Amino acid sequence: MIEIQNLTKSFGDLLIWKDVSFRIEDGETVAIIGRSGCGKSVLIKHINALLTPDTGNVLIDGTNIHDQHYIQIRRLRQRFGILFQGSALFDSINTFENVAFPLRYFTKNSEQQIRKKVLEALELVGLEEASEKETSELSGGMRKRVGLARAIILKPQYLMYDEPTSGLDPETADEINQLIETMADTLNITSVVVTHDMHSVLEVADKVAFLDHQKLSWFGSVEDIGRSGHEDLLRFVSASEYQIPQQV
Amino acid sequence: MYGLSELGKYSLLLYQALRSSTEVSTYRENFFSELVKTGYDSLGIIMLTGVFTGAVLTVQTAYQLELAFIPVSTIGAIVSESILIELAAVISSLVLSGKVGARIATELGNMRVSEQIDALESMGFNSVSFLVVPRVLAGLCMFPVLYVVASVFGVGGGVAAGVLSGAVPAADFMKGARMYFFPWDVLFGFIKSFVFGFLITSISCYKGYFASGGAEGVGRSTTQATVLSCIFVLLADLFLAVILL
Repeated sequence: MIEIQNLTKSFGDLLIWKDVSFRIEDGETVAIIGRSGCGKSVLIKHINALLTPDTGNVLIDGTNIHDQHYIQIRRLRQRFGILFQGSALFDSINTFENVAFPLRYFTKNSEQQIRKKVLEALELVGLEEASEKETSELSGGMRKRVGLARAIILKPQYLMYDEPTSGLDPETADEINQLIETMADTLNITSVVVTHDMHSVLEVADKVAFLDHQKLSWFGSVEDIGRSGHEDLLRFVSASEYQIPQQV
Repeated sequence: MYGLSELGKYSLLLYQALRSSTEVSTYRENFFSELVKTGYDSLGIIMLTGVFTGAVLTVQTAYQLELAFIPVSTIGAIVSESILIELAAVISSLVLSGKVGARIATELGNMRVSEQIDALESMGFNSVSFLVVPRVLAGLCMFPVLYVVASVFGVGGGVAAGVLSGAVPAADFMKGARMYFFPWDVLFGFIKSFVFGFLITSISCYKGYFASGGAEGVGRSTTQATVLSCIFVLLADLFLAVILL
């Protein structure tokens, strides 16, 4: 379980958000939504301590990651996988080596075991045939999928997606959404998805955290969005031309 | 104030690198590839720089001593001393700040702005150990080697220019060079190249590691890395000359 408690962050004089608190239960998929520049990506970078908050805590199964020594933080980070916005593939090595990278450094797997695991992960994201391609030869959607394969290769407990569908055509975006659902269902991973794509949110998320006006403006289940009565949230959702789910 | 804050961040990065230097398994592979990139890949430009420095110095020294009634072997003494004590280390380091320093700053800067460094950290890697330590260590190891190469080719270029221009026969050049050869001069050159190697690689790592602002930011960091490296090489050169000579 991830518990975010009273998180406040500023860059210099610029306040990003203050007193952000919510909880992500095991197995849940939580979408963090909000307008561009509201600090969604900044928030997930606090969850695995890539950024440090001004005040507040992030508890990972009860351990405040921001109170830990760097070595403990690195151990905790190994429980996370992240799909970065630009995929963050290492451009000096090919697709196979990108996915194999964590295995080579964090496990004592033989070359044969590494090969098997990498091909399994690539198969899961539908890219087995691209294993020997250079990363520069991959399309945007393929890069996201390779990034996802690398993120899940160590079987993380938590998976975080930073704008997984941004810059992709609707069909590829849909494939990525399906992959996110598959990861959550088949691998039982707790997921955090940062996005402003409401189609993606309503497809994959159980709960939604809405960042607005430098605070957590609303937090609740996807089904509750329609009856929330939260004007800004409803305006944000309807602006994406997606039909708000009605209360059953 | 800005300078102090930069100095503080640079010192912290070096402290982190020093602490991370025990994680040999993280950077072993990168270290060997950096030895090749910093050393072997720079051999061509260093040989060329050495040969031309020695050649030009010989021709100019011969020109200046043309009317003086002193033995031509003096040209060999002046040229070889100048190369060993100053030019091989300084000129090759200035060239390497452009070649090696710019490469390091660009590589790390690109990794920073494309979130590759964040990806390493998020996997639980110590990115300083993985990226900074092997580059600085390779600089410490290879700059003295490149100093030797620059010295050998510098003296060789001097001999060749002396013979080809008819200013000084090879035997006289080498006689002069041997007459004024002091082992301390070579040691001094080694110390300088070691210090320059550290400055160039660490400054470039710092500028690249903390790059921001997309492609333009990487370009800015690379330029700053090269300019700062050159400035600090010249300052260190003066400082070492004052305290060691």
